[in-house]
Parts: sequence; structure tokens; C-alpha cells
Amino acid sequence: MEIIEKKVIRVGIADLKFAKDPDNLRTSGLGSCVGVVVYDLGKKIAGMAHVMLPDSSLSKSTDFNQHKYADTSIPLLVDQLLACGARKFALKAKLAGGAQMFSFNSNNDTLRIGKRNEEAVKQQLQQYGIPIMAEDVGGNKGRTIEFVLETGMLKIRTVNLGETEI
Amino acid sequence: MSFIESLSEYQLDALKEVGNIGSGNAATALSSLLNRKVDMKVPAVRIVGFDEMMDLVGGPDTLIVSVFLRIEGQAPGNMFFVLAPDEAESFVQEMTGIKSFSMQEPNMDEIGLSALQECGNILAGSYLSALSDFIQILLQPSVPQLHIDMAAAILTQGLIELSQASDYAIIIETIINEQDSDSAPIKGHFFLLPDPESFSKIFERLGVPE
Repeated sequence: MEIIEKKVIRVGIADLKFAKDPDNLRTSGLGSCVGVVVYDLGKKIAGMAHVMLPDSSLSKSTDFNQHKYADTSIPLLVDQLLACGARKFALKAKLAGGAQMFSFNSNNDTLRIGKRNEEAVKQQLQQYGIPIMAEDVGGNKGRTIEFVLETGMLKIRTVNLGETEI
Repeated sequence: MSFIESLSEYQLDALKEVGNIGSGNAATALSSLLNRKVDMKVPAVRIVGFDEMMDLVGGPDTLIVSVFLRIEGQAPGNMFFVLAPDEAESFVQEMTGIKSFSMQEPNMDEIGLSALQECGNILAGSYLSALSDFIQILLQPSVPQLHIDMAAAILTQGLIELSQASDYAIIIETIINEQDSDSAPIKGHFFLLPDPESFSKIFERLGVPE
């Protein structure tokens, strides 16, 4: 019997990581941030981005971390997947996060940041013609997600509601 | 290089000094509330990346208790007071005398939660008013919000403004010590996250060169 050791590759905040089967990808504590996984299940290859903000035009500095913004992170994610041998027609996506953690009486737009992150990620995926197979977005709870490359399932854990799979 | 990375030791020391003044006020407020001697210290002010910030409170999906305040006025920003659930629990038990208060139950005692929120409010408020007096800038805290959830989920929400300009945050570590008590000291963390444009105002008033 061959024993295959499974590694879980951790994706940080404003980060982007790739994995091949049998490794899994995990990002922890998504609030208003959105975790998006793009994968080619046939080739058993996937990339996960932890996006913090919707658009790089928000950046107040020029040498920003490209993984922080949806409009810069997702092109990197797709390009690198393709460079690693993923097939464009086979790419699929799942996403989670985009919660509104705080309820605040303020006209400040930062409140809707979760929703805006979700919309920005979806817009990017649409531009690449990548279908969204499943999503768990919105609400007011933090989420930890883990993508299992073997099955293509995304495990989602919250503090009080336990674990689900999409 | 972003502005936070370029802060000097001197500037950090200035922030630490402000922290010690603020926590002195906070300790006094807490002493009268708990009716016992309370001691607070600010051992360090540090600059950390976002992932490191989550690790400081136990990891990104660690359950934390946080009191969040939006700072409004001339130098707007966000502020968190963060406690581990068991520390928050013993804090509430001391404060209210409700020995059965538990963070584990889904329906937590309303009075306990309210006490916790008030405690965060007093600590953060005392800190802010010391800072405000010291630098002669008007800072008004919003009504505090209490959250119990994963660390990264809560804290990143307070990083939205800051993260548009930097990948680093300023952490003012705070330790709360209760004297005449057998229990271990409660270790809390203050996270002061001024909006990017507030930094220069604060340091200008502190009289430290940028």
C-alpha cells in the first residue's frame, strides 16, 4: 500500500497559493475578505486567493501587494494556473466569505466591503469565463475554508454552525 | 516602503509613552469599577504584518472577544481591545460577580456581555482621552461593538482603511494585572489602527520628526 502524505497549504491574508493533489489549500478567518479557489479537477491543480479589497484603484501607494485586490489577484491566479498546465476550458471556481462583520451607523463605504469584494471577484471570474460552481457568501460570521483537491469540495467551518461542504 | 514601515524607534517610543499614560488612566477607571487595585502596563509597541497580527492573538481562526471602536474627530482610525475567551470570562466574573458566566454557551448572559462591552469602552476610552490630551487632537470614540468570532474575520474589518496604504499595523500590547488576586494576570491587546492620513497629524503633534 502506498501512503500518500497530505499537506495543507496555508493561504495568508492578501495571499495567493497553488496546490496539486494530494495537497489541500486552506485559508483561515475570512470575514469581509473573500476566499476564491480556481481549479482544474482533471489535472488536479488549484489555486486559492485571499482577497481583502475589491479594486487596486483604492491603493494609496504604488508598490502595493497585488494579492490584496480582486482585480489584480485573480488575473495572477488564472495566469499562473494556466502556466502550470491547467486547461482554460476546464477551470471552475468556488468562493466563500464577503461577510459584514460589523453593523455601523456610518455613511462610510468600508461597511459594504464584503459585498464589494464578492462582486469584484465575480466580475473577474466572469471576464475569464470561469463558472462558479458553488458559493457561501455574505452573512455576519467568520469562515475558515479548505479546498480538497481530491474531490473538488470546499469545506467551510464557522464558529457556531460547525462544518459544511459545498 | 509604506509610512508604517518607515516609523523610527523614536516614534514608536513616543507611542509607547502615550500608551503608558493612557493605560494609567484606564487602570484607575477599572480600579474604581472593580473596587480593587488594578495595574496596567504597555510593555511594547510593535509594527507587524497582517498575518503576524493574527498570530499575536493566537492565529487567524482562533476565537477572540473583541471590542471595536471607530475613532472619529481630527485623526480618525479604528481601535480594538482583544481578549481570549477564557480571560474575558474571568474578567466578567470578577466584574459582575456572576460566577456562572461562560463564553461557551450559545446564549450568553446579557449582563455579562454588556459588562464586557463597557469594560472595553472604559479601557479604550481612557486610552483615547489620554492620547487626545497629550497630542491636543480631538478624538471621539464611537459606541463600542462587541464581537466574538474568528480573529482574522473580526480584525481585518478594522484594517480596511489602513490596508489601502500599508501591509502593516501598529500594535500596542497591554497587560492588565489585578493585584490582591490569585488569578493569573489578564493579558489584553490594544490594536490602534489610525487611518493613513492620521499618522502625520499624530506624529506632528507628538513633536517627533517624520
